[in-house]
Amino acid sequence: MFAYLVRRVLGMFLLLFLLSVTVFVLFSLLPGDPARLSCGKACTTSIIEANRHRLGLDDPVPTQYVKFVSGIFFGRTFSPESPQPIECEAPCLGYSFTRHEEVMSLISRSAPVTFFLAVGAFVIWIFFGLLLGIVAALNRGKWIDRLIMGVSLVGYSMPAFFIGLVLIFFVIIKWQFLPFPSYVQPWENPFQFFQTMLLPWIVLATLYAAFYIRLTRNQVLEVLSDDYVRTARAKGLPERRVVVKHALRAGLTPIVTAAGLDLAGLLGGAIISENIFSLPGLGSLAVSSITDSDLPIITGLTLLTAAIIIFANLVVDLLYAVIDPRVRIS
Amino acid sequence: MTSTSQMPLGGVPSTVALDRPFLSVKDLSVSFPTEDGLVQAVEGVSLSLERGKTLAIVGESGSGKSVTAQAIMGLVNRRAAKVTGEIWLDGQELVGLPQHEVQELMGDEIAMIFQDPMSSLHPFYRIGDQIVEAITAHRQVGKVQARRETLEMLQHVGIPAAERRIDAYPHQLSGGMRQRVMIAMALINSPQLLIADEPTTALDVTVQAQILELIARLQREFGTTVILITHDLGIVADVADDVAVMYGGRIVELASTETLYDYPEMPYTLGLLSSVPRMDRKLPERLDPIRGNPPSPIKLPKGCVFQPRCDYWQRVPGEACLTVRPELLESEPDHFVRCHLKVEERQQIARDVKQILAGGPQ
Repeated sequence: MFAYLVRRVLGMFLLLFLLSVTVFVLFSLLPGDPARLSCGKACTTSIIEANRHRLGLDDPVPTQYVKFVSGIFFGRTFSPESPQPIECEAPCLGYSFTRHEEVMSLISRSAPVTFFLAVGAFVIWIFFGLLLGIVAALNRGKWIDRLIMGVSLVGYSMPAFFIGLVLIFFVIIKWQFLPFPSYVQPWENPFQFFQTMLLPWIVLATLYAAFYIRLTRNQVLEVLSDDYVRTARAKGLPERRVVVKHALRAGLTPIVTAAGLDLAGLLGGAIISENIFSLPGLGSLAVSSITDSDLPIITGLTLLTAAIIIFANLVVDLLYAVIDPRVRIS
Repeated sequence: MTSTSQMPLGGVPSTVALDRPFLSVKDLSVSFPTEDGLVQAVEGVSLSLERGKTLAIVGESGSGKSVTAQAIMGLVNRRAAKVTGEIWLDGQELVGLPQHEVQELMGDEIAMIFQDPMSSLHPFYRIGDQIVEAITAHRQVGKVQARRETLEMLQHVGIPAAERRIDAYPHQLSGGMRQRVMIAMALINSPQLLIADEPTTALDVTVQAQILELIARLQREFGTTVILITHDLGIVADVADDVAVMYGGRIVELASTETLYDYPEMPYTLGLLSSVPRMDRKLPERLDPIRGNPPSPIKLPKGCVFQPRCDYWQRVPGEACLTVRPELLESEPDHFVRCHLKVEERQQIARDVKQILAGGPQ
């Protein structure tokens, strides 16, 4: 088990390494000149060249990469020869010359917003996804199954911005149940935090719950016909125990996989929901930096998202071992 | 009652029809409505069984033997299937029982062993815990006590190093060991009736004998009544007191084991007996399989369900075999046969077939 863990963590770093190289090479091939972009309208060739040097873009790509990676571990200094060198402490993910701010501090400011958004929605959708999925499976073919599946199909097929805008229009504008969203940290004003997050949570949770209801229903239905579920019934166990302890546990693996990767994907930024509700999360940061062609931020965000997803994969695989003893041995 | 009385079977064979047999099934039918039509899995099954005896139900896949067993056990999904008739166990009628009372009986009074021990144990739980769960479902027993009982039962069913194996997961055990675990689980609450649904089919031949011996030994020790479901007539002779042969959802022949082996009458039973490979048989060297396939339970033949595969139906005058469902009638005392052939005629056929099988003149 320990050897397995070590192997997996090493593999994770190898993957991140390959990924960061790919990102660097790809971005260096992109059309558009970051040096040109970073100097605004009144530009001369000499200013562009100066910027290029300041950004370190005159270095060959491998050198840029080495500087970037060493910046993560040891910190780095941008434009060291200039009168005002910019110190970027480790872990340094780069420096945005458009915003004049370290990428790391931009990300760490936006990350909590996305984190709370994703985790809150996750809790809601997992709860309702599993619950309604099980109810539908146990009542297959009856009206309640059809109702749940119908509603989930509607939820599944409606885009996030549509649900979001409808909710904003009715709940906030027309009925005025909630004030306009304005993000605060939960420890500063928990009440306002909840008021702001409620609708984004619902929007995201609706989208994902729809999928999880279907997944759970299918899993439970499949497992319910398995032999060991019949054995559980033959023991004379109450049906609820048969379903939850025997059937659901056995059908959990694909649900855990999907949940881990979905949560990881959201932690990298929920672009649409964040934008509709003006939440200053990673998704909003990504959109604005793409609009500005702010490569340092895009690079930092890409690597961060990749790292989260790779890490989530590892967690999911470890959860397998917790769920299924057969995985533990091999 | 004369030896050839043609009275319809209202009750049960008299060897077992004491004042009140331990288990008595009357006119049991199970059907499943499906999109393709009504699947009549079991129709008009009647049988009975004395306490401590073993009944073998023999038949091909789709003959309704497993569904019959599951109906007795209470495992047939009542939402999906229609069950009619009566099942009396020790004076209690089971078909009309509400689900929660059936649940109380299952695993306690009636227990079941399934065909495939590889898939019948939950892969994620330790075997000890799975057996403990069967105890606590029916009895108010502390964890320590339940575990001790489990360990004793595991030792009892012949699992070596049981104190270690009790914490094993199913995939760490061999098929034979897993079936022993299933047997331990089934017997843990000392059930009165044990239903073994093809308990040895998925196992190696050497292990098959061990498992059958184990079931027989435990039956003697606990005085359990056993229903053994199998497609293998070869294993029936040693263990069963009575045999019911099923075909197309019906019992086609019902007799004591000796009678059935020595004086079979129904052509299907003859076919089954001639399909059993035997070392002591000289000629013919090839086996005699029953030609054709079992009928679809959605589209059963109008007359005798076995007629399309029967070699002798043309000996029945008229078209009775094509148009009339035969009744299960007593042909000799305690020997019930469902066949249009005259009793003397089918007995003669049986003698001829046996002679051929024994390598005698053709």
